[in-house]
Amino acid sequence: MNRNSWLVRRGTAASLALLLVVLAGWQWGPGVLGIPVFIIPPLSAVFEEFLRMLAVSGLMTHTGVTAAEVIAGFLLGSLLGAFFGYVLGMSPTAEFALSPYILALQIAPKVAFAPLFILWMGFTVYPKILVAILIVFFPVMVNVMTAIRNVDPDLINLARAFTATRAQIFWKIEFPASLPPLFAGLRIASTLAVVGVVVGELVGGNLGLGYLLAFGEGQANTAMVFVAILMLTVVGGIAYLAVIVVEQRVLHYLPPRALSGV
Amino acid sequence: MRGQGIVCLDEFWVMSDLVRLEYRNVTMRFAAGSGKALVAVERVSLAVRDGEVVSLIGPSGCGKSTLLNIGSGLYTPSDGAAFVDGERVQGPNAHVAFMLQKDLLLPWRTVLENVMFGVEIQRLGLLERKRRAQALLENFNLAEFAGHYPHQLSGGMRQRVALARTLAVDPSVLLLDEPFSAVDAQTRMVLQRELAQTLKRAGKTALLITHDLLEAVTLSDRVLVMSRRPGRIIDEIRVELPQREDPIARRHAPRVNGYVARLMDRLDIRQADEYAAGASA
Repeated sequence: MNRNSWLVRRGTAASLALLLVVLAGWQWGPGVLGIPVFIIPPLSAVFEEFLRMLAVSGLMTHTGVTAAEVIAGFLLGSLLGAFFGYVLGMSPTAEFALSPYILALQIAPKVAFAPLFILWMGFTVYPKILVAILIVFFPVMVNVMTAIRNVDPDLINLARAFTATRAQIFWKIEFPASLPPLFAGLRIASTLAVVGVVVGELVGGNLGLGYLLAFGEGQANTAMVFVAILMLTVVGGIAYLAVIVVEQRVLHYLPPRALSGV
Repeated sequence: MRGQGIVCLDEFWVMSDLVRLEYRNVTMRFAAGSGKALVAVERVSLAVRDGEVVSLIGPSGCGKSTLLNIGSGLYTPSDGAAFVDGERVQGPNAHVAFMLQKDLLLPWRTVLENVMFGVEIQRLGLLERKRRAQALLENFNLAEFAGHYPHQLSGGMRQRVALARTLAVDPSVLLLDEPFSAVDAQTRMVLQRELAQTLKRAGKTALLITHDLLEAVTLSDRVLVMSRRPGRIIDEIRVELPQREDPIARRHAPRVNGYVARLMDRLDIRQADEYAAGASA
């Protein structure tokens, strides 16, 4: 425990020092190296742009739209992924029948569907959510399916010997056993959801941080692009942290070490 | 099979003739590759009387675990049948509980909740469940660990929790498949004594599979020896030693060595090195 807190203190200090070095390098580096402002605007210029965008470009609205799309895509995609993961994990027949199609869909780059969805649904929030759902679906499904398959058969036999019904085996053994891999999938999904939404926004529409990215690019406003990237990172980070907070509540029974890997 | 009572020398107590667990002419074939059948056990008949502890020993793969799975209703035999309390075993039933080498504790359940697992599945009321689990934990000196999770316990404690879970459903028959082979030698002796005392106190009937000849002799009233596959019962040894509830004391009984030697002989130990470790433990 002592060793651990020592590690935390040292690590935090080093982390903060690194942050300061990077920020200072960002502020003064471009000037020193003679890099033009439209390639890398210094930190202060990005911050000014951030304030300007807050005031006049509706930055918070765009961020809110993106965040809402991320949440919707993440939740729906995860639910669908988990559902199919459980079904395919428990039914070898379903898995055998569906696996070639699932594999094909998994290999296809999901973001390439964005233009198609926009053609179908127009410049609304729905195609963005749909791309996110598609991209979130697979890691969650695969993790859940593998978890169900890997449940110790002796554990299931134990429950059966105690005269458990199929439903009891699922709720008392398979479902709880699938939770750690499910959460590992959800962590990945939370960051992938942001990717899906941004690609959707880049392709079409006039709302969201992805739109600001494209808009800034069109205006050659590098600072605006930086602001959009930073805000996207914040949205993704919050989503990731939210998953971890829930995970630590749900999987509180695991030894601490198993949870620490952020 | 043949219904003679066994006299326990320490108490001159004649064991009941009531048969708790019986296998009648049980044969089990598994489908092997290319349409052949693999005969795991062949025409096995045995009976375990009320309160009796019988050990089953034999070479690896001789079908001991298959017999256990048939007894617990997980497998249906190809021929013959198993009976528990005179009822034909048609599937998993509440009269039988089994325990394996693996503790099979659920990591997301506390010790108390793990002990309640079986009775919970059998839909016993919450209060009764808790009462039974707590009583068992007290018995095994685990009460203070009721709220712990399995990963916080030692191997021996986990195995004790597994035993408590097995007993919580109050089965007529316990089927134990090498329950202590994964713990260290000292812990094993302690667990063996706890098991022996518990079985004696509760008057439980048990069929114990083990590789450890000394364990078989010190824990049981009878030892059955199985042959190589296809598994048949080739010998029956009555362990006429006092103090079945104290296997550690039994270890010192002079006749123990004779029983172990006879078992080694029946198992052709000289050819099969795999028993050397088990026999000396």
